[in-house]
Amino acid sequence: MRIFDPHIHMSSRTTDDYERMHAAGVRALVEPAFWLGQPRTSVGSFVDYFDGLVGWEPFRAAQFGIRHHCTMALNPKEAGDPRCRPVLELLPRYLEKDGVVAVGEVGYDSMTPEEDEVFAHQLALAVDHDLPVLVHTPHRDKAAGTRRSLDVVRESGIAPERVVIDHLNEVTVGLVADSGCWMGFSIYPDTKMDEDRMVAILREHGTERMLVNSAADWGRSDPLKTRRTGEAMLAGGFTDADVDQVLWHNPVAFYGQSGRLVLDVPGEPTDSGALFAGNSVLRGGRA
Amino acid sequence: MTHDEMTHDQTVARDGAREALLSALEPHLSPGAAGWLSEARERIAAAPEAAATALPAVGRRCGRGPLRAEGTGWDGWSVDDAARVVLLLELPCTGDALAARLTDLYRYGDAAERRGVLRALAVLDAELGDGALPLVHDALRTNDTRLVAAALGPYGGARLADHAWRQAVLKCVFVGVPLAVVDGLARRADAELARMMADYARERTAAGRDVPPDVAGFLDPPTAGTRSPESPESPDQKV
Ligand SMILES: [Zn+2]
Repeated sequence: MRIFDPHIHMSSRTTDDYERMHAAGVRALVEPAFWLGQPRTSVGSFVDYFDGLVGWEPFRAAQFGIRHHCTMALNPKEAGDPRCRPVLELLPRYLEKDGVVAVGEVGYDSMTPEEDEVFAHQLALAVDHDLPVLVHTPHRDKAAGTRRSLDVVRESGIAPERVVIDHLNEVTVGLVADSGCWMGFSIYPDTKMDEDRMVAILREHGTERMLVNSAADWGRSDPLKTRRTGEAMLAGGFTDADVDQVLWHNPVAFYGQSGRLVLDVPGEPTDSGALFAGNSVLRGGRA
Repeated sequence: MTHDEMTHDQTVARDGAREALLSALEPHLSPGAAGWLSEARERIAAAPEAAATALPAVGRRCGRGPLRAEGTGWDGWSVDDAARVVLLLELPCTGDALAARLTDLYRYGDAAERRGVLRALAVLDAELGDGALPLVHDALRTNDTRLVAAALGPYGGARLADHAWRQAVLKCVFVGVPLAVVDGLARRADAELARMMADYARERTAAGRDVPPDVAGFLDPPTAGTRSPESPESPDQKV
């Protein structure tokens, strides 16, 4: 099973996870910029975080045979914090980087006027930089948040096929299916969304424009939920080709719109990025 | 370094490096890539801020494969490394202004851009003086082998103080950067570096682990502290 996890926060995960993910078939992933579980108090924290997303983390992933890409944005949870607002001025520079394949995560947390402004501003940045967009939907008041997100996307003028609305469930999937946007599902080890319900949604709505991710981060989560969903699809009567479409071709098609995906195998001769691949992390080198 | 005009020698150095790099790049670039590179050069020469958007685009525009340039001093360079250096040679400033510009590009660069900036330091050495040394120190603080290796090119090799340089060489052994990429290893290797390598070898042996071949090169014969793997007979070592 060949897997592209379109939403996973690897900076919060260990090398054991990279090993298990590779063994499970994960060969590529996208790490969206998000919050850290506690508020950042200065722009410098974001700069260092962004540097990691285009520096150390892709290097670390490559040691385990996995291609790492990322999305960048001022996330909804910190969009209302005036200390973080100047991040918007830094973003144009980072949105030009090779490994950045979308603007995200953007969207709503508490649906405040500040969040409206930051969301609309970043949709405009996506148009300027010719990048797709990853939209986070709030966990609280999800249906209203999803509807309002779709309105803002429509007003921005960005093409719906360049937008994924993420963290959907049975209640919100229909709204997004009708909008022309891509549908993202985060499969968690708790009750928010699980692999069997995902299979039921795929049966009802088909496999097109569908992205399945683990959204694994520093919270209770499981980086192998993509694999588990593939297995549940097969057990539920889907074919290998259906699984390959959902877990590989769909994320490649969506993020491929950036023109910046690199899907060769890290460490192969064509890969100049890791001339001495397989060392500093694998050997535990802590020099 | 506060001058803002390049000297004749400095201009000649840039021209020579640019010409050599462009000819090494030629077989690697499609007509589209070559066209993009020459436009980007013009943009940067006219307005150095343009480097901030040109540098990150180099990999996807020009490619990232290994540069075929044996015997040129660019062993281990990639096509994007060479193309980035070509672009940086267009920066219309020198001295402190050049160091400040390179520092900004490094600070906000991804790993590949940072490596490109580090690669450029050797050509611009005479213009920069020690002005770009903080970038070398930053790269040596990382655990990214691509940056550690590039930091030990001719600029770092010539300008790092003895202690920092020895620590950097030992770090290469730890993180798996082959010592062959350390510029001027034979010239700078000294008794203190040999002692550090010998201590490291003793630690490995005590732990029942093998001694990396690069380290073994320093231990033959085991007590000869001033030998180095690159040039075992080299007489002119700093002590
Ligand atoms: Zn997330």
